[in-house]
Amino acid sequence: MSDRIFGLIIAVVALAFFASATQLEQPFFADPLGPKAFPYLISVVAFIAASMMIFSPDKESNWPNFKTLIRISVAVIILILYANSLKPLGFLFSTAVAAGALSYQIRPRSIESVAIGVGLSVVLFIIFKYGLGLGLFAFPRWL
Amino acid sequence: MDLFSNLALGFSVALTPTCLGLAVVGCILGTMIGALPGLGPSNGVAILIPLSFSLELDAIQALVLMTSVYYGAMYGGRISSILLNIPGDEPAMMTTLDGYPMAKQGRAGDALVLSGVASFVGALLATVGLMILAPILARVAFLFGPAEYFALYMLAFCTLGGIGSNNQAKAAIAVCLGLGISMIGVDNSTGLTRFTGGNLHLFDGVNFLVAIVGLFAVTEVFVFIESHGKETAIGVKLKKVTIPIKDIIYTRWSMLRGTLIGFIAGLLPGAGASLGSFLAYTFEKGVAKDKSKFGKGDVRGLVAPEAGNNAAAGGALVPMLTLGVPGSGTTAVLLALLMTLNITPGPLLFSERPEVVWGLIASLLIANVVLLILNVPMVKVFSRILQVPPSILLPAVTMISFVGIFSLSGSHFDLLLMIGFGILGYILRKVDIPAVPVILGILLGEHMEVSLRRAMVLSDGDWSYLIESPISLGLWLAAIVGFIAPIFLRGFFKKPPQPVA
Repeated sequence: MSDRIFGLIIAVVALAFFASATQLEQPFFADPLGPKAFPYLISVVAFIAASMMIFSPDKESNWPNFKTLIRISVAVIILILYANSLKPLGFLFSTAVAAGALSYQIRPRSIESVAIGVGLSVVLFIIFKYGLGLGLFAFPRWL
Repeated sequence: MDLFSNLALGFSVALTPTCLGLAVVGCILGTMIGALPGLGPSNGVAILIPLSFSLELDAIQALVLMTSVYYGAMYGGRISSILLNIPGDEPAMMTTLDGYPMAKQGRAGDALVLSGVASFVGALLATVGLMILAPILARVAFLFGPAEYFALYMLAFCTLGGIGSNNQAKAAIAVCLGLGISMIGVDNSTGLTRFTGGNLHLFDGVNFLVAIVGLFAVTEVFVFIESHGKETAIGVKLKKVTIPIKDIIYTRWSMLRGTLIGFIAGLLPGAGASLGSFLAYTFEKGVAKDKSKFGKGDVRGLVAPEAGNNAAAGGALVPMLTLGVPGSGTTAVLLALLMTLNITPGPLLFSERPEVVWGLIASLLIANVVLLILNVPMVKVFSRILQVPPSILLPAVTMISFVGIFSLSGSHFDLLLMIGFGILGYILRKVDIPAVPVILGILLGEHMEVSLRRAMVLSDGDWSYLIESPISLGLWLAAIVGFIAPIFLRGFFKKPPQPVA
């Protein structure tokens, strides 16, 4: 089933890619092939391969249970928040929170996770800032 | 002798204190990365590339550092295979078959030393092979026009997809995904922007380092959260380490056979180290008179794949340096490094910047000696690394990847894109679509399109030009065989089962 669904998604993406390529302007001074031909080729091959996935799928893939999917989704949310907070909130605070939260996802011991978060944040900051000379901000800039 | 004057040039570049220091640091980091389960060579090299830029190294120094990491990771992969029965990276999988049983019999130290020596033999001879073969292939590569290059890219995708996946349709999808992503951004020959959806961040295209770190490192985070709790690694304790001279002498031919097979497997564009170690093991078992001990701790079954995978690592550098076509996931990452350093691999690299090529080769020779010292007398130190709990290791790796990518551009868009690639990588893993062809597609897409378009300019739109020259015809035939043959060989080459812990 997963194979069929994924094949269907790829087939739709391939069609969308093809459609998007038809919209490209053909410039006046283009080479014989132009900017469209190679994208066309890719989408055709992808479409054929996706159809093969839909019509002859492999055996069902091994998806994790609901609880694990939730844990992975939480990890994704942590990473997205981290990506957005790295600049405004500074390295030390956002890294401590994100690293601690990730560590909690793997081994749910609260005190241990806090310690790992803070420890990693400080150690990595020293390595990045003074070892590699990256221009990181330790604290939010408004402080 | 050309070879010796070139080597002298190489050593004159590589023997500076900075380069030597970088080689040692790279070897240590690489061995650690290789030893940690789940953090393989491609992964490790990928997350370190952005950070190595911040050190403001010149091209040769950056190359020395990263190839030392690469070789180091190939060595280190065996440590967790032997002690934990968990391959430290994919090529080290075959090492678990006889390595772990040996360790359970109380011969963990012997197994580590023996496989370290096998790695050294494999990697050293492969580097010598690289020295001899690469200049010859570079001369052949001068004959390549756009049609030949297009055929060569087809060959790389076909063999990589055919061998690396269990389903040709899925391999093709992986390649198309990568090529499709590489089309995003400004088309260099017309100045037109394509497939950006009007997003300014995408005008320069998708940075391949973002894609690589996402597909390798971030995906690994999700896989790890999932697998956690299922695999509890109870390792074998490492006692006194001595050098088993008798076994080294006994297995000398196994090492050499493994090296030769691995090197050839590495040369094939797109095949790489996993295939090298697999073929080396299968062959060794095939030629052995007494097969009864294979899988139960036979020393020959330990050294052959270990020599094979390290030889393949050297072999894979040949097509990468001479043709710009990587032979494995990790060499794809190294190609990304070269491209970011503005070094174009190919025949011109050998004639115009010999100091880069030969400096690299000399530093590989140096790295091998360093690695032998690190991996034989000091192997006990590295085996300690396996005790770092995943609840520290995984957040650390994640944060390093984020800071690395952030330091490249300072944009949070790249970070979000990287997370997106991480999710994509996880889904791909679940539906059993290989990620390496996606990366190769992103790296080579632009070159592939340019060669096709140049070929069409030369032939004025006549498609038969693509198969006109004997070289390109041969490459096309090899591509077709490489894609189709694995379907028939799959039943023949059944992967042997992993030993039960």
